[in-house]
Amino acid sequence: MNQEPGNPAPANLPANIIEVRGLVAHYGSRIILKGVSLDLRDGEIMVIMGGSGSGKSTLLRHLMALENRTSGDIRILGHDTAALGVKDMFELRKKMGVAFQGGALFSSLTVGENIMLPLYEHTKLDLKTMEIMSRMKLEVVDLAGFEDLMPSELSGGMIKRVAFARAIVMDPKILFCDEPSAGLDPVVSSALDDLILLLRDAMGMSIAVVTHELDSAFKIADRITVLDHGEILFIGTPQELRKDPSERIQNLLNRRTEEEAVDIDEYLNRLTGESFNENAVL
Amino acid sequence: MPTNTQNPVTRFLEGAGHGAAGFVETFGYYGVLIGESLFWLIAGPVLKQPVRAGAVFVQMMEIGVHAIPIVALLGGAIGVMLAIQGIHTLSIFGAESKVVIGISLSMTREFAPLITGILVAGRSGSALAARLGTMKISQEIDALTVMGINPVRHLVVPAFLALAVMVPALTFFSDIVGLWAGGLYVGADLGISMAAYVDQVIEILAVEDLLHGIWKSLIFAVLIAVIGVANGVRVTGGSEGVGRVTTRAVVQSITAIVITDMIFAFLATR
Repeated sequence: MNQEPGNPAPANLPANIIEVRGLVAHYGSRIILKGVSLDLRDGEIMVIMGGSGSGKSTLLRHLMALENRTSGDIRILGHDTAALGVKDMFELRKKMGVAFQGGALFSSLTVGENIMLPLYEHTKLDLKTMEIMSRMKLEVVDLAGFEDLMPSELSGGMIKRVAFARAIVMDPKILFCDEPSAGLDPVVSSALDDLILLLRDAMGMSIAVVTHELDSAFKIADRITVLDHGEILFIGTPQELRKDPSERIQNLLNRRTEEEAVDIDEYLNRLTGESFNENAVL
Repeated sequence: MPTNTQNPVTRFLEGAGHGAAGFVETFGYYGVLIGESLFWLIAGPVLKQPVRAGAVFVQMMEIGVHAIPIVALLGGAIGVMLAIQGIHTLSIFGAESKVVIGISLSMTREFAPLITGILVAGRSGSALAARLGTMKISQEIDALTVMGINPVRHLVVPAFLALAVMVPALTFFSDIVGLWAGGLYVGADLGISMAAYVDQVIEILAVEDLLHGIWKSLIFAVLIAVIGVANGVRVTGGSEGVGRVTTRAVVQSITAIVITDMIFAFLATR
C-alpha cells in the first residue's frame, strides 16, 4: 500500500527527525528531484532505494544538508536547514553522522585518529579519554586493536566499519549510510546490516540508508522509500512494498528491466548527434 | 542543446559567453575563498572552531622548511647567473665593478621572489590542489562537513597561513643565498673580497628594496593558495581529474605570478 508522502505522521507514531516537503533539486539545468516529500521518524531505519540516476544519492546529500535546494523545505530535528546560522548548523551537525560508500577515511590519519577527529574538534576531552572512546567504537564495529593501522592497510569491509565507528563516535541522533553493502561479499555485507540494526536498537539512532541491495533493504528497513526518475514511487514498510501491485515496483523487486517506449526520432537523434527532424526538412 | 546545424556566429558567441561567465565565476570564487578564510581565522575561536596551530605548523614544515634545500640551490644559481651575466654585459663598457648594483637590486626586487614563487607554486600549489582534489573525490571533504568541521577552516586556512608566512621567509632566505653566491663569483672573477662585496651590497640596498620583494612574495603566496585550493575543490572526473587540476593549478599559479610580477615592476618604476 502506498503511503501518501508528506502526510503528517499519526499521533501514535514517533516524531519526525527529518521532514522533507516538496524538495526540488537541479544539477545545472538537469532536474534531479521533482518535489520529493518524506519523513525520517525517530528510531527508525529508512531505506532509500532506486536505480542508477533515480536521485537517491542526491536526496541523501540533501538530507545531510550538503546541497543547496532549488525549492522545498527540509527540517532536521525541527530546524529549517536553509535558515540556520553557522553556529546553529554546527550544533545540528554534531547530532549527525555519516558512513560514505567509500568510507571517506582521512588517508593521512590512522584508524584511531580518524575516529577521534570529531571528538578532538568538538569536545574538550583529554587525549586518553578520546582514545578510550575510539577503542570502544572500534569494539562496536568488531575492529578492536586496529587503531594504529593506516586506512591503506585495511580491506574494503574494514574501511566501511571504521567509517561507521567514526560516524557514531559522537553518539549522533541521525546516521546516514551511503551504499553500506556495495562491493562487499555477502558475509561482510550481512555483518554490516546487523551493525546498522544494532545501532538503532542499542543507541536509538534514526538511520537513513541508501542502497540498491534488495536483501539488505528488506533485512534492515522499518520503511522503504523507492525513488524513480526523481519522484517517489513508494513509501511504506517492506511488507507493503512486497504486496504493492505496481508494475514498476514489481519490476524492481524481481530485477526486471523496464521496457520503455522508443521514440524513433529521439533514438535517431541520439545516434547521429543531430536533430533528425531538422535534417529531414533540410 | 547545441547541435551541428547551429549558426557558427551563435556558436562563437555562446562559447565566448560561457568563457566570460566562467572567468567571472572563478574570480568570484577566489574572492569568496579569501573572505571565508579570513572569516574563520578571525571568527573561528568565537565559534569554538579555531584554526589548529598544529595543522599550520605541519603545513609550514612542508611548504617552508622542506623547501629550503631547493630554494638554496636555485637562489644560489640565480645569484651566480646574475654575476656571470652582469660581468659579461658590463665588460662591454668596462664597468665590471658595477655588477654588485645589478646583483643586489635584481636579486632582492625580482629574482628571489619570482623564483621562490614559481618553486613553491610547483611544489606546494600542486600538492595543495592534488590533496584537496583527492579528498573531494573520496568524499573526505563531505565527511568533514557532515561532522561539523568546516573544510575551509580545517584544510584551507592552515595552508593559506603557512604559505603567507613561508613564501616571504623563503624569499628572504633566497635573497641572502643569492647575494652570497653572487659575491663568491664576483670575488673569484673580479678579485673583490667578500667583506668589500658585503659593504657594497649594504650601501646599495635600501630596506624598501628588500620589502618590495617580500611584499610581492606575499601576494604570490595568496595567488598560489587560492589557485591551488580553487582548482582542487572543483575537481571533476576521478583520478584523471585530479591530474588535470594539479597541472592547471601549477600553470595558472606560475602565469599569475609572472604577470603580477610584471605589473609590480611597471608600477614600481613609474
